[in-house]
Amino acid sequence: MFEKALIGSKKYWGLAIGLLAIMGVGAIFYLQQWNYGLGITGMSRDVSWGLYIAQFTFLVGVAASAVMVVLPYYLHNYKAFGRITILGEFVAVASVIMCLVFIIADLGQPTRALNIVLYPTPSSILFWDMIVLNGYLLLNILIGWNVLASERKSVPPPAWVKPLIYISIPWAVSIHTVTAFIYAGLPGRGFWLTAIMAPRFLASAFAGGPALLILLSLIIRRFTKFDPGKDAIQNLGKIVAYAMSINVFFILLEIFTVFYSQIPEHMHHFEYIFAGLGEHGKLVPWMWASVSLAVVSLILLVNPITRRRESILALACVIVFFSLWIEKGFVLVVTGFIPSPLGRVFEYTPTVPEIFITLGIWAMGFLILAILYKIAIAVKEEIEA
Amino acid sequence: MKIDRRGFLKIGGLGILGVAVKPVIDVVSKAKLAEASSKKGVLVEKRLAMVVNLKNCKEGCTDCIAACHGVHNVPDIANPKDEVKWIWTESYENAFPDQEHRFIGGGMKGSPAILLCNHCDNPSCVRVCPTKATFKREDGIVMMDYHRCIGCRFCMAACPYGSRSFNWRDPRPFIKKVNPEFPTRTKGVVEKCNFCEERLAKGLIPACVESCKNKALVFGNVEDPNSEVREILRSNYTIRRKPGLGTGPQIYYIV
Ligand code: SF4
Ligand code: SF4
Repeated sequence: MFEKALIGSKKYWGLAIGLLAIMGVGAIFYLQQWNYGLGITGMSRDVSWGLYIAQFTFLVGVAASAVMVVLPYYLHNYKAFGRITILGEFVAVASVIMCLVFIIADLGQPTRALNIVLYPTPSSILFWDMIVLNGYLLLNILIGWNVLASERKSVPPPAWVKPLIYISIPWAVSIHTVTAFIYAGLPGRGFWLTAIMAPRFLASAFAGGPALLILLSLIIRRFTKFDPGKDAIQNLGKIVAYAMSINVFFILLEIFTVFYSQIPEHMHHFEYIFAGLGEHGKLVPWMWASVSLAVVSLILLVNPITRRRESILALACVIVFFSLWIEKGFVLVVTGFIPSPLGRVFEYTPTVPEIFITLGIWAMGFLILAILYKIAIAVKEEIEA
Repeated sequence: MKIDRRGFLKIGGLGILGVAVKPVIDVVSKAKLAEASSKKGVLVEKRLAMVVNLKNCKEGCTDCIAACHGVHNVPDIANPKDEVKWIWTESYENAFPDQEHRFIGGGMKGSPAILLCNHCDNPSCVRVCPTKATFKREDGIVMMDYHRCIGCRFCMAACPYGSRSFNWRDPRPFIKKVNPEFPTRTKGVVEKCNFCEERLAKGLIPACVESCKNKALVFGNVEDPNSEVREILRSNYTIRRKPGLGTGPQIYYIV
């Protein structure tokens, strides 16, 4: 099937070359980071994780897009999603690969990355995260590829794929839970020390993943002969609406606990993002932007009249995606370090090399996605023709 | 209690299971306590700790910092973003945020407190490290293996005392005079105070303790009732940093 990735329109090649160019720029900056060290980024002794780890955290969420189409189709026999399970699975593949690359980009000694495997340490959540992420990647590659290959031959997928599909459903929950545990189990980091971290990760993932999937489906319908189906898109829209509402509800719960209890170690972080601490308030506009976007998206998504209009649904999905990106792909990680355990406010701003490395990895993810989608859609078009 | 648990861990051969099963062991160990303590020779007990007497610490004096950083090749990077420090000062209010109030007296308000790794009894940095590059020794020293560290900085997020520094860039150009007896580090690894493990092995006391002319720092084995640290802990009221987090810090402060 892979040969399908090699024949494509001018637009396809244009996209691929564009993404490769961004990757190239990212690679040049990474070379600089390789030579100089991570000091080339905006990270510091106080804010020791930044954009890279935040992207990783956000993308674990995007990888959830698969389970939100797989679960209704395989467990509830919801036929409309049958056409797009492959799209969800391939988004999962691309985003998990990005997650892994972001972790590598963040390592001070990337050549030693295998030490995690050579000296397995079950007490470390990072060890478990490595297992669940690689497992999820493998599951989605195996499932996606085999189901697509059998679809092409118009035969049912091999019997061993079915159990893998069932396993992939709780496995998707595990990647968010374990990733949340990286943060939620650390003493002295009041911003993260909350049991609702994992549920929050799940809610935002089930909003962000399907939102991206809706956008991708609309793009595919526009540019190819394959139609993911109106019903599928509408029902994904409902999922985004529910998940986003729950996500906002969870954040309000956090805000209540923190501000009503008035415990400084927890409250200072929230003050920092919503009002700033003293003259330090770099994240304040970002946080309010995220909040406003979340509110607008909810208005558009909850109201059935707006949600049913595909153009408005698409806009709402873009808004959801950016709102969540700010919240999870930036603020959530950085704010855990501000103020520091010693009460110092040392702000963080990503540097130019850091931003380009980040963009390069995103471009790599989109290139993988474009190739996988190209194959999937070529097969679908072939079947339908 | 802690001692006996460790003894029990050894006897049960469960040491490798480590932190993951600790809460379970905590329950079990009570029952096995008697049995464990009866086996002679298993409970070689040593728990290294330090008392910092802030009353004796002279304002403006940086002897301990200079001694430690000199002997351990700690780079002197002035920029707070990239700085590396093993032992340093911070205002009392920042060092002990849970002890802070408007009327702090005794000259403590705003006065500097000496900070270093607490060599915690239940160290969160060890728990999170995915490679065991950070580990705790039998005698309580929390150590780093600079050759195994992958630079993920999970330990920095996990340490609630800001005790860890990362080499954001090559530290070597910032070392004024290299001590050939101690390794320099490369960029991309974490480092912190090692309680002068290399000096202890030679029968020396930690460099900071040795350098302090005012006896503000005392080091020793808290499991030995006759040690100097124990004597000081007996006769003075001491506090620790953020004891409520359950990390069991082993640096005791007289304020
Ligand atoms: S003070 Fe921090 S670095 Fe030192 S042992 Fe405790 S948790 Fe680990
Ligand atoms: S930075 Fe090094 S010592 Fe710290 S957790 Fe990672 S591997 Fe362990």
